[in-house]
Amino acid sequence: MSGAHVPGHLGETKIVSSRFRLKHLFLLSVMALVSACATTPPEGASRSDVFDPYENANRGIHKFNLGVDRFLFRPASKGYVKIVPDPMVTSFSTFAENISLPGQAVDYLLQGNPKQMGNALLRFVINMTVGGFGLSSPADELNLPPVDTDFGETLHVWGVGEGAYIELPFYGPSTQRDAIGVVVNLFSNPINFSPTRPADNLGVYAEIVRRMGDRGRFSDTVDSILYESADSYAQARLIYLQNRRFELARDDEDAYLDLYSDPYAETGTDPVRDPYLDPYEDPYAE
Amino acid sequence: MLNNALNRRHFIAAGLALAMLPAPAFAQTEAAAKALVTSVVSDINRVIESGKSEKAMLRDFEKIFAQYADVPIMARYALGADARTASPTQLKQFTAAFQGYISRKYGRRFREFIGGEVDVRNARKIKAGFEVRTMVKLRGSAPFDVTFLVSDKSGRDKFYNMFIEGVNLLLTERTEIGAMLDARKGNLNQLITDLKKTG
Repeated sequence: MSGAHVPGHLGETKIVSSRFRLKHLFLLSVMALVSACATTPPEGASRSDVFDPYENANRGIHKFNLGVDRFLFRPASKGYVKIVPDPMVTSFSTFAENISLPGQAVDYLLQGNPKQMGNALLRFVINMTVGGFGLSSPADELNLPPVDTDFGETLHVWGVGEGAYIELPFYGPSTQRDAIGVVVNLFSNPINFSPTRPADNLGVYAEIVRRMGDRGRFSDTVDSILYESADSYAQARLIYLQNRRFELARDDEDAYLDLYSDPYAETGTDPVRDPYLDPYEDPYAE
Repeated sequence: MLNNALNRRHFIAAGLALAMLPAPAFAQTEAAAKALVTSVVSDINRVIESGKSEKAMLRDFEKIFAQYADVPIMARYALGADARTASPTQLKQFTAAFQGYISRKYGRRFREFIGGEVDVRNARKIKAGFEVRTMVKLRGSAPFDVTFLVSDKSGRDKFYNMFIEGVNLLLTERTEIGAMLDARKGNLNQLITDLKKTG
């Protein structure tokens, strides 16, 4: 992972006022920590491989996360969607998405994508005004392209590799690159720097509420992965990695195709012990 | 000699015909692949909207799965290398258990699709057949991508894999079945018995 140049890039954007130097410092130390332990997958590893050198530690955190989910997050989320009417759950989730838009605009800027930056800001302005303080999303009706990015994607655009798979406490599946993104995004939303900001860390609270909405609404599906599978750690890891790679390849048809085209025969491995092979491989060939 | 020349002429003619024809020939199969996905989706929707009991619905889903999917190849793939050492009887039993397991496991998820819309978009050629991409819109969530892979290698057009936002169903099941086998110390017969009650 080429973590060395990353702090430089961040430094340019993060210094807004001296008040935030402390956060900035904290951020840099976290980044340094994460990149220090960053390991790169062996050369020539297939794109559909799983690189998980910290599996033992990850499994420990997974166990912890399962406990948090079972006794805290799951019951709270199920209660939340039971008590709060459905349209309100949707509104709160929409609000969380809307207040993340300025932060996403920053990420698009860093990715060198001014068009999507403008799109994110336009959505923000429309949804915060016409949309009643961001509780609805009238901008969706305007046929604007969807907005969905984060600092992990920015790092990907800059050429930073995925790194090792890691499961983060409370947060869940991630990679070294995406973990840096998660931490940076905690601080990168310009809303946090506005003089009239409504509450400290509003974005974080809104995001937790949004996640509760999803956890509650899709509780059967999440339960089936976490509690009904033979190895929930392996399932969560595979699902996260595939979905994330798909997300990052979406705008790039070549990379997207590349996800399918690692020939099974070339890896020459035992398909059961090494199940992370080409998703589009031809099962008829077996 | 004459035969040979004739054969060669035929061969050249066939080659020419092939070189000129591929576009319409592909278009037809692409349309067939799309049509297959469209009818899977409408059959599933019909079951969801029937208002039957969950048990009856799951039975209907299994029929749909058996009709439209190439279950034997999917089961074989999910079993991985163990499929090569399994006896024909074991493979047959595993395929039957796998069919029920998948239908129950994913059939239960379809409840979340009530009121959802599926938009079958485009098909393109891939190695084993065709990729058909659809967009699914559920209430209160952003549209997501569901991709079907269709092939006629079983003798008829059938789907043999599915991707939900990039998550490969067969690969996910291969991991799961592998974990189940590990938990049973590789005992395939035990796995077959247990699979009948799973999902």
